[in-house]
Amino acid sequence: MLRLEVRASTPAWFNLALPLLAIAATLILCSGLIALAGAGVLESYSVMFTASLGDSYAITETLVRAAPMIFTGLAVAVAFRAKFWNIGAEGQLLAGAVASCFVGAIPMPGALAMLLMAMAGAAAGAAVALVPATLRVKFKVDDVVSSLLLNSVIYYALMALIEGPWKDSFSGYPISPPIEDSANFPVLIEGTRLHLGVVVALIAAPLIWFLIARTTLGFRIRVTGENPEAARYGGIHVERVLISTALLSGALAGLAGVGEVGGVHFQVMSDISPGYGYSGIVVAMLARLNPLGVVPAAIFLAAVMTGAEAMSRATGVPAFLSDVIQGTALLAMLVALLFTAYRIRRVGAAS
Amino acid sequence: MSVPAPLIEMRGITKSFGAVKANEAVDLSVAPGEILGLLGENGAGKTTLMNVLFGAYAPDAGEILIQGKPVRITSSADALAAGIGMVHQHFHLAPRLTVLENLLIGIPGKSGRIDRAGGLERLAEIGRQHGLMLDPDLPVSALSVGEQQRLEIVKALFRGARLLILDEPTAVLAPSEVDGLFSALRSMAAQGLGIIFISHKLNEVRALTHRCTVLRLGRVAGRVDDPANTTSSAMAQLMCGHEIAPPARGPSTPGEALLTLDGISTSKHSGTALRDVSLAVRAGEILGIAGVSGNGQRALAEVISGVRAPDAGRMTISGQTVTRFSPREVQALGLGRIPEDRMTTGLVTNLPLADSMVLPRIGTAAFSSRGLLKPEAIRAFAEAQIKAYDIRCPGPMTRAGALSGGNLQKALLARELAFDPKVLVVSQPTRGLDIGAARFIHEKFLDMRAKGRGIIVIGEDLEELLVLCDRIAVMYEGRIVGTLDSADATIARLGLMMTGAEGHS
Repeated sequence: MLRLEVRASTPAWFNLALPLLAIAATLILCSGLIALAGAGVLESYSVMFTASLGDSYAITETLVRAAPMIFTGLAVAVAFRAKFWNIGAEGQLLAGAVASCFVGAIPMPGALAMLLMAMAGAAAGAAVALVPATLRVKFKVDDVVSSLLLNSVIYYALMALIEGPWKDSFSGYPISPPIEDSANFPVLIEGTRLHLGVVVALIAAPLIWFLIARTTLGFRIRVTGENPEAARYGGIHVERVLISTALLSGALAGLAGVGEVGGVHFQVMSDISPGYGYSGIVVAMLARLNPLGVVPAAIFLAAVMTGAEAMSRATGVPAFLSDVIQGTALLAMLVALLFTAYRIRRVGAAS
Repeated sequence: MSVPAPLIEMRGITKSFGAVKANEAVDLSVAPGEILGLLGENGAGKTTLMNVLFGAYAPDAGEILIQGKPVRITSSADALAAGIGMVHQHFHLAPRLTVLENLLIGIPGKSGRIDRAGGLERLAEIGRQHGLMLDPDLPVSALSVGEQQRLEIVKALFRGARLLILDEPTAVLAPSEVDGLFSALRSMAAQGLGIIFISHKLNEVRALTHRCTVLRLGRVAGRVDDPANTTSSAMAQLMCGHEIAPPARGPSTPGEALLTLDGISTSKHSGTALRDVSLAVRAGEILGIAGVSGNGQRALAEVISGVRAPDAGRMTISGQTVTRFSPREVQALGLGRIPEDRMTTGLVTNLPLADSMVLPRIGTAAFSSRGLLKPEAIRAFAEAQIKAYDIRCPGPMTRAGALSGGNLQKALLARELAFDPKVLVVSQPTRGLDIGAARFIHEKFLDMRAKGRGIIVIGEDLEELLVLCDRIAVMYEGRIVGTLDSADATIARLGLMMTGAEGHS
């Protein structure tokens, strides 16, 4: 018979082993679905792997997809550390995209435009995140619900914008006008889509790690998240910390939108984000809320997304499998997290 | 008198956590109708042993026998089925449900329906038998701590417990409630139940128990067959392995007032509000605040530490008005505070101990500069305090929650005393601590007093206050009903004032 027993401490190697274990479990669980769709399991996974990480071009495509999820993953990781339950990274991303598109369409020197796009996008994301944070601090409104519902509000506001004032009067497509060419983020490797924003995302992760681990703000975020009462008694202004965290989290999610506008799409349309904000939650959980872990976690999910499309073309397994893998990975990780607090112990027969 | 067969017997129980042997070859037995005291310092292995008995841990070696038959207990469900009930220090109740509903949780009903009538009947019967009366329809959130404990006991009896384990039941009770608990326990024993009573308070153990088993460092250090006629110091010696003398409080000449409260009132927020509270603690003085908890002590501590702003009145530290200062500001002026509840308001259990130890001063130059932490300084500070205060833990990066209560209290004390506060405000300084740890903390307070610092001790343990304090103020319903020099104070007189009778100031 097996049973759970409380652990006194968690070994350090768990941080690496648990996500890998969760990913392995996910792939095994999802192989049933692939078989059900009538394709070979190993063949399908091998197509997925080749298409996402098999050659240097594939790798750049995966990185381009990973970039927004690094930002939303960081946004969620920071927020969850303070136990500010920001489920609204999707809406904050969209707000960031709209704001940066608005700025990017104004003619000005390229470098200035990119800087202002980033600032506007971050500010817009932060402003959106401020809503659930303020509601929670002032009125004790549940932040899970308010941040989640706000996603729809932002999404339909964006739709109203591209179906209305921004609508292409010539073609009638519900898309925004493109940003200025000079505002397009520079491509780093000729012949790929690897743009400046990807590098910024990769740099952001260690910066956020530093902020959480090595600054007083990070300390206050951690303490507030773990025990707000002790934080208050210790002289920490808990409400202020929650608001700061929300602003930071929203700004990071907003930057995800900036990267998509400036580096990938150069305009805003209704499907600018295939749920990168929600994927950010999976990324953050896989990373165990560690900003450094966000990078590999985001790359994994990006590889699943790019790989799933190729697999679908090659084997006929629907590309929706990528969503199933994401969802299963989240569940597997949540189960794996159990082992940080508990150990399994075999209860032998009485001697 | 013939010796009845043991109700329960634990033989050779050994349980290790990593390299630490929490229990080693421990034998323990309880006869029907017997109240067994289980004594030991913090970390002696009492809780581990009871967790083994209650099925939370599987022992590495040893066996458990119930009425002579070996049993395997691998879960609390097994323990309940075997007739073992446990009342933990932290209650396991659903606050929004009523007393009756809490009792019926997990009890199979009749054909899928909850057996309300049957529950009511049993509840009334148990109440009558042992004087454990409870209103079945009151939500648990409306019960006092003592009533919640009563409910936990009733819950265990309700499930047919024949052996009841109580883990420091009196730590949460007011002195007046302790008598009620004891008479209920005696009544249960008289009906043949076995009881294991865990406590640090030796006078209680002597008054209540029939026999004691003393643990030290995971082993049985000794047994006491006649606690009523054994001295407290003899028992303490068994627990610690050496003799413990009470602390000596020498004479002192108090200096200027370090902290004053003048006409402080608060609005009703949560708990009892303060009404026109005036008091002062002087340099080289320990001021006790006695009172049954829930009479405004929490509000008083919150006002002094800056967590709550008063509606009226004035507070000063060294003559400077600080009435509406934030926690950080009063702390910068030399106020140290050890909160009442180590786990909820003192420490961050999920983070490294070092983080909790620097928490109130993280923004000061000692631990950070320009918003950047100084990890080496934080670690070094924690390591130095761990050493200086003999805090038993693997190191500063250990999760704070993994430490025992006594070690946590030492950590909280260390974090304040390291900065030599002018005034220290401390609530229930030794609640749940063993004699050795309590003694250590008392000595630290007396050292501070000798150095001309002021200390306010908020507590319910009158014996402790009488030993420690120069003056004792008594709180009742948010007011100070009187202040006595401890030379004039007696437990009887203080106890009377705690019920609201005016004293002479």
